[in-house]
Amino acid sequence: MKQRGILMGLAVVAAAVLAVSLAGQAQRAGTLPADVQSLIEAKGLTPDQVRAAIQTYVPPGKYDEYLMFSSAGQGGQVLVFGIPSMRLLRVIGVFAPEPWQGYGVGSEETETVLGWRSKDPRLAWGDTHHPALSETNGEYDGKWLFINDKAGSRIAVIDLRDFATKQIVQNPNAVSNHGAVVSPNTEYVLEVTQYAGPFPFRYVPLTQENYNRHFRGLATFWKFDRGKGRIDVSKSFQIELPPYWQDLADFGKLESHGWAFWNSFNSERAIGGTLEKKPPVEIGASARDMDYLHIVNWKRAEELVAQGKYQVVNGMKVIRLKDAVEAGILYLAPEPKSPHGLDVAPRGDYIVVGGKLDPNATVYSFRKIQEAIRNKAFSGRDDYGVPILKFDAVVAAQVKLGLGPLHTMFDDKGNAYTSLFLDSAVAKWTLGPPYNPPDRAWKLVQKLPVQYNIGHLTAVEGDTVKPGGKYLVALNKWSVDQYRNVGPLLPQNFQLIDISGEEMKLLSNTPIGIGEPHLAQIIRMDRVKSWETYPVGTNPLTMRPDPNATKPGQQRIVRQGRTVHVYMTAMRSHYVPDRVRVKRGDTVVFHITNIERTKDAIHGFAIDRHNVNLSLEPGKTETVVLRAERPGVYPFYCTEFCSALHLEMMGYLEIEP
Amino acid sequence: MKAKTRGGLRQVGLVLGAAALLAASLAVPYWQLTLYAPQYPGGLRALVYLTHVAGDAQEISNLNHYIGMKALDEAAPVERALAIPLVLLFGALAVVSGSRRGPWRWLLRLPLVLFPLGFFADLSAWLWYYGHSMDPTAPIRLEPFMPVVLGRGVIAQFRTVAQFHVGFYLALGASLLALYDLRRKEPRAAQVRAESVARPAEVAAR
Repeated sequence: MKQRGILMGLAVVAAAVLAVSLAGQAQRAGTLPADVQSLIEAKGLTPDQVRAAIQTYVPPGKYDEYLMFSSAGQGGQVLVFGIPSMRLLRVIGVFAPEPWQGYGVGSEETETVLGWRSKDPRLAWGDTHHPALSETNGEYDGKWLFINDKAGSRIAVIDLRDFATKQIVQNPNAVSNHGAVVSPNTEYVLEVTQYAGPFPFRYVPLTQENYNRHFRGLATFWKFDRGKGRIDVSKSFQIELPPYWQDLADFGKLESHGWAFWNSFNSERAIGGTLEKKPPVEIGASARDMDYLHIVNWKRAEELVAQGKYQVVNGMKVIRLKDAVEAGILYLAPEPKSPHGLDVAPRGDYIVVGGKLDPNATVYSFRKIQEAIRNKAFSGRDDYGVPILKFDAVVAAQVKLGLGPLHTMFDDKGNAYTSLFLDSAVAKWTLGPPYNPPDRAWKLVQKLPVQYNIGHLTAVEGDTVKPGGKYLVALNKWSVDQYRNVGPLLPQNFQLIDISGEEMKLLSNTPIGIGEPHLAQIIRMDRVKSWETYPVGTNPLTMRPDPNATKPGQQRIVRQGRTVHVYMTAMRSHYVPDRVRVKRGDTVVFHITNIERTKDAIHGFAIDRHNVNLSLEPGKTETVVLRAERPGVYPFYCTEFCSALHLEMMGYLEIEP
Repeated sequence: MKAKTRGGLRQVGLVLGAAALLAASLAVPYWQLTLYAPQYPGGLRALVYLTHVAGDAQEISNLNHYIGMKALDEAAPVERALAIPLVLLFGALAVVSGSRRGPWRWLLRLPLVLFPLGFFADLSAWLWYYGHSMDPTAPIRLEPFMPVVLGRGVIAQFRTVAQFHVGFYLALGASLLALYDLRRKEPRAAQVRAESVARPAEVAAR
């Protein structure tokens, strides 16, 4: 019986392959060529696997249909994949040095982005969690990517013209964050604190009393200036929050435009103390049955800021908690304890909260929330005076999905997909009206096992107003037995899933050997229009002509006191100048322009035994500021194999004693 | 009288057209060299205008430095500088020739008629020069060679295709228009006197 099933499946595959490959050609025999057949048999592939292999295969020279931007977790970077091939296309240096890209290894431009030119300690890493593509009218527009650093309470701005990090802002008042999300027209990038800290940030002895009194959460609305492509700190504002541990957030859209939502845990305000035999945080923070969904009217908050009703704390405009409550900016609603993901449905009508410790996805209705606010349907206030809306007044449905529901994405057919961490599965379920008729509403459709411990998941444009459907990627925390062991530090496991049909189907596995990614976002390839080369002499930080860009014939070395400026060009296969002589103690400033105009004519500039390695893409101008400290004769050379005479592309830096 | 005016107008129109075609050719390339190699999937194109080189000329020059060939934009500096005044002058002479009789009628338009040929000769000369003046210190040494002016060739890993472009055909069109005009009879009043002069000109033009 089983054999017959497999054979029939093979016949189906064969028919599909033929239908595709023989379009326009004469019909051949209805079976696969013998060698293909024997390949399938030798590998023991099931028809589903054969189908998956064909579906995800992108032949050499052909392109993927989608790009996926993934966080690299504690790797500190952003990873860019093609979908459906799941091939890694790029690593973008963000919070950690990335030598191939010349990021944070000697170039003035990238070290400025990293904040290494100011007084802060040189943070050598970051914990990227949630990439957020810029949006126009609630759809990805392919212009910018934002991502948070949980550990450094920072947000980075990546320009998708050159896939390079342009700005990192440090939150002066928060000590950790969780996530970056953008408003439907990228007016704001929202950063919500994870672990509460003393507000404003300073030292306060950690006692329960002090915690309750001085610790606070913060929501930071970073104003994004599309014209400049930068966050404008002066137009950004913060809202002070109770010291719960605020978690994932999402902006309202369409009917809920102007609002934002995030959940929280540890409304118990536990602070641990395991050595003193107090319950660890994991116990203390899970004591109550309910935590709080935060419901925030950011349009109103914006008005309050415009009216000057804020305090300036460390250069940030802060709406104090009391004022936020008074102005009707902040409401709470109970949610099953210790929830995790929060995702707004495509029309902006429902807010889905993953229960984590509760088997339900709890779905809040934006309309009901508005009604409850209007009717003052409060069940009380919390210790900080924030009104708590009645649970029953705001909930539209609770859908029992399984154990450990975390994050939710949407497709184009009215379905939601929620990751089930404990079940190691993806749950597909139906949204209620107007997405589905009442008899099909809020129903679990299918659970697909994944390998293993899924955290986030991401579907094609699955958190926008127009989800694309088709594919979903499960970002699994554990891979256990999915790959040949490569030592005790195992790769994470991305799994591509076909969601185009009634049933989800697993297509492929992709190991991630650099950090533990959290969220990823998938965008249609045609929305991203990146540059092939820079206009010659472009400063990658400003994306404008660099005043020190050097043209052919203008290369020179200029000494000004103890500073030596080297105006250099790089071109296949030589630097001009290729000999630089300085004295110990001099400051050497290299201004190097790759004067190539040809796509992929990339050069590097590395100095032996120094912390300098630039990536000079065609047209780029970068700067190296070097203290000449150790006398010697140091080769500098091109690190990117550029031509047949690449090895000859070098020069000497002489540092005289 | 009426017929004479109409014939004269047509004549002036034809030479004006020829001059205009030649002037228009300034805006488009005359010759194109395409290089194909594995690492340039779309090929590299040098577009040679009367006044400048464009397309991927810079990249081709850059590659040429490996064999010690001069940069493309260093070729024909005088010709390129004089291109616009010459084209205008030749056009103007041709227009003037439209109302002339006797030998002037064809002598004045001769530069315009011969222009495409002149371009071809000059281009060939420069290509020969480029193929025979390579820097002996270049990393890759090639025997002096005559690059292909029209058709296919091979240099190192590059397959090359050289062909005329729109500008050349415009100039050729101008040339033919001027010649066609010569075949026509001269204005009637001058017919008798000019006939004996015009015939040899026709022969020469053919």
